[in-house]
Amino acid sequence: MSKEFWRWPEYRRTVPGKDWKNAEVVTAGVDIGSVSSKAVIMTDGELYAYSIMRTGSSSPDSAQKAMDRALEETGMKLDDIKYTVGTGYGRVNVPFANRAITEIACHARGANYIWGPKVRTVLDMGGQDCKAIHCDERGKVTAFLMNDKCAAGTGRGMEVFADLLSVPIEEVGPMSLSVDKEPEPVSSTCVVFAKSEAVGLLRKGWPKNMVLAAYCSAMANRVSELLEKIKVEKEFVITGGIAKNIGVVKRLENIIGFKALPIQEKFDPMTAGSIGAALFAKALYERSAKST
Amino acid sequence: MTTAGIDMGARNIKVVILKDNKILSKGIALSGFDQKASAEKAFNETLTKAGLSHDDIKRIVATGAGKDVAPYANSEISMMGADALGGAYLFPSARTVIDVGAEEGRAVKCDDKGKMIDFVINERCAAGAGTFVEAMSRALEVKLEEMGPLSLKAEKAVPMNAQCTIFAESEVVSLIHAKTPKADISKAIHDAIADRIASMTRRLGIQRDVILVGGVAKNVGFIESLKGALGVDLLVPDDPEFVGAIGAALAPAK
Amino acid sequence: MIVHYGYKDGSGEYFISVDTDKCNGCGDCVEACPANVLEMTTMMIDLEDKLVAAVTEEHRNKIKYSCAPCKPEETPPCVSACKQAAITHTWKPQ
Ligand code: SF4
Ligand code: SF4
Repeated sequence: MSKEFWRWPEYRRTVPGKDWKNAEVVTAGVDIGSVSSKAVIMTDGELYAYSIMRTGSSSPDSAQKAMDRALEETGMKLDDIKYTVGTGYGRVNVPFANRAITEIACHARGANYIWGPKVRTVLDMGGQDCKAIHCDERGKVTAFLMNDKCAAGTGRGMEVFADLLSVPIEEVGPMSLSVDKEPEPVSSTCVVFAKSEAVGLLRKGWPKNMVLAAYCSAMANRVSELLEKIKVEKEFVITGGIAKNIGVVKRLENIIGFKALPIQEKFDPMTAGSIGAALFAKALYERSAKST
Repeated sequence: MTTAGIDMGARNIKVVILKDNKILSKGIALSGFDQKASAEKAFNETLTKAGLSHDDIKRIVATGAGKDVAPYANSEISMMGADALGGAYLFPSARTVIDVGAEEGRAVKCDDKGKMIDFVINERCAAGAGTFVEAMSRALEVKLEEMGPLSLKAEKAVPMNAQCTIFAESEVVSLIHAKTPKADISKAIHDAIADRIASMTRRLGIQRDVILVGGVAKNVGFIESLKGALGVDLLVPDDPEFVGAIGAALAPAK
Repeated sequence: MIVHYGYKDGSGEYFISVDTDKCNGCGDCVEACPANVLEMTTMMIDLEDKLVAAVTEEHRNKIKYSCAPCKPEETPPCVSACKQAAITHTWKPQ
C-alpha cells in the first residue's frame, strides 16, 4: 500500500500552568468514534488534559486506553473525576462513564466552547469526515451537518490525489495555486471517477499543478454546497487537515465571498465532541450536587 | 430485416447484429482511450462475423453512456429502454430488469412487450456499480474473475460498514490484518453491493420475474448475494453484458 | 437546532433534517417509517434531556437506498406523520 499521509499520530497533552488540585470540580468526556477515541479532562469547565488514540476492536478497552493516556503525567486518578460523559458511536460502552449523550449534542456544545459565540459558521474537515455547524448570536447551535459517507470532500479524497500524482500532501495547496489560468474543475464528485478523469487529463498532457488546481476547485465547490445547507455567515472558521491546504481554502473563500479566520491551534478540532461531553458532565454534576 | 445495436458502455463496447429477431453475431471490445475508434473496430468485426457488409444493415441503434459518440448509428435509445427490450426478448416473463454495469446500476420495470414502465438508477457513485467490486478485488489482491467463486466458499457473514468505495478499501485492508478469511471478505463485498442494488430496486416494487443483466451479472458471488438480499430467484441470461445491445438492435424506428 | 442526517456523494444529495426545537418527541414518524430508519433518541439540549427523532446510525450513510421505496421527493410517510412539521427531506439525485 502507498504511504498514507492522512494518518494522524496518537498523542496526549496537558495544558501548561494549571494544577488540578486547586479545581473545585474535575469532569471528563470520552468520545469513542469508529476510528479514533478521545478523552478530555476539564477542571472547572476549562480544558486541562486530553488524549487522542486509535479505536481498537473493543469499545470499553479503547475508552480505558484513552482515559489512561489522558491521565498520564497528571498525577490524577480516575476517582478524582467527579462525573464522566461518554459520547460517539461507542458511548454506551464506556465502563466508567456516569451517562451517555449523543455525539451531535456534544459536538455542537464543544464547537461553541472552542470557537466562541462570535463564530457563526464552522467547517471541520478531517481525514474521514466533514462537519458543518452554524451558531446564532447567542452562541446556540442552530444547524449541524456531518458527512462521513463519501470520501469526496474529506482529507482522504485529497490524499488519493496526492498519491496518484506523487505529490506530498502539504505541497498540494501551493502547487495548485501555481497555475497561469484556473482550469475547469474536475467534473466527477466521486473520488474513484475523479481519479480516472485525472488520469485522462495527465494523458492529454496536463501538468500536475493544473490537475491539482482542477481537483482543489472541485473540492471547494463541493464544500461550499454543504455549507449552503447550514447557511454560511461571518465569522467563519475552518479546522481539520484541509484548513492547511491553501489551494482549497483560497478557492472556497472566493466562492463564499469572505475570508476564514486565521487558524488557531489552541484546541485540536478532533476533541470537539469530548470537550462538549466534559462540559455536559460538569453541568450534570452540579445539578445533581444541588438536588441532593 | 437486419439491424444492429451498439452499446457504448463505460468499460466495454458491445455490438449485436439481428436478422428478423434472430441474433446473427455479437462482438465486444474494451472502450479504451478512444471509445469511437474501439466501437468502429468492434462493429466491423461483428459484421465480418455475420458475413455481412455495412449496406446490409437497415438500421443501427446506439445506447449506453457513450451513445453520443457512437459511430455509424442512425438512431439511439435510452439505456433503460434497451434493458427492457433486451430483457423481454430473452425472457418474455421478465417484469423487472436489473442491470449492473461498471459505472452504473439500474433497475427497470417493464410490461410483457418489453416496454419500460418505470426505472431507478444509481450513477456517479462507484459504490453502487461494478467499479466497487473491481476496486475491492485490488484491495483484496484477488483476481476479479475469482471474486465470485471465492465468495461462495465463505463460512461466515462479516459486516462491511463503509458505504464508499474509498473507505471500503481501507476496511478490507483492516479485515485482512485481522486475519479474516479472504472468502468471508469477498462475500462481505458482494453482500454490500447487493444490499444497495436490492434497496434501489425496491423503489419499483419487485415484480417477478426478475432478471439480472450487465457485466456484473457474470459474477456468481454477486448473483448469490443479490438473491439473498431480494429474497427472490433471479434469471440470468448467458452473455448478460449483451442485453443492452440486443435491446438497441430491437428498438423501433424513430 | 436543525440536524441534517445524510450525505452528499457523487450521485446526489440526500438528507433527512430534524428540527429539534419543533420535534415534541411524540414518535409518530418512527411508527410511520416502514424501514426502521428513524428512532427516538435523548438529546441534551440547553442542559435538558429532550426526546427527539433521529436517523439511526445504521441508516445514516445509506438513506438514499433505505428510503428509496418511500419516494422521498414526494411526501414520505414520516413527513406526513409529523404534526409539528419537524422533518424535511432533501432529495436531489444528479
Ligand atoms: S461518490 Fe465515490 S467517493 Fe463518494 S461515496 Fe461514492 S464511491 Fe465513495
Ligand atoms: S422516507 Fe420512508 S424510509 Fe425514509 S425515514 Fe421517512 S418513512 Fe422512513
